[in-house]
Amino acid sequence: MKTKALIAVLFIGIILFWAVEDMPAFGDPDAPATQYTGQLYVDSVLPDIGIDNIVTAILASYRGFDTLGEVVVIFTAGISVALLLRRGGRL
Amino acid sequence: MMENVVIRTVSRLAVPFIQIFALYVIVHGASGAGGGFQGGVVFAASFILMIIAFGMANVRRRIDNRGIMWLSVIGISIYAGIGFLALLMAGNFLEYAAIEAALGIPHLHGILIDLVEAGIGIAVMAAMVSIIYDIAGNGEESS
Repeated sequence: MKTKALIAVLFIGIILFWAVEDMPAFGDPDAPATQYTGQLYVDSVLPDIGIDNIVTAILASYRGFDTLGEVVVIFTAGISVALLLRRGGRL
Repeated sequence: MMENVVIRTVSRLAVPFIQIFALYVIVHGASGAGGGFQGGVVFAASFILMIIAFGMANVRRRIDNRGIMWLSVIGISIYAGIGFLALLMAGNFLEYAAIEAALGIPHLHGILIDLVEAGIGIAVMAAMVSIIYDIAGNGEESS
């Protein structure tokens, strides 16, 4: 079983290292990740919102409803741990 | 642990700086690297250090479970309240541009984002500290 697992790990690892060859170079301006919506946000954040940090602008303004959901998820995690593990007292 | 004077002294020195750094990370969210989630977790880390150095009972005396839960609710309420404020100003939910247009204050959009980040920070900090209270408390009655 261990040899089979080792063979599987080596096989997948070789495939992954093989795929690294096709990735764009680090910091390449022509990489696909910087081509489509990224350039749109870089161009439109400052006139739209007026703050410097593009990540925060996307997080808090363009995707504000999503971020509200994330905060509610963390709040729900706190409530769940309190309900499961807290003994005595009130919530 | 309580009688170790080195840990207590270093923690007493380090905790205010960690908390100031956490507030800096929260407030700096609109203009640089930072944000509410990161700052809130750094703030909760200062509570972990206080619990390690001074014991759970001493930290709980400063802010108890009910206070932490209220802080968490207040943080989410700040965020959602700004969203409903945009609804009141005839915009969509969380549409800060509507508030900015209605009140006519320049750069209000960035200020509202800072307020939202502060709400996120308070909520995340309170949720993390609440989880730490429940997991690290070794069975004593919580207040």
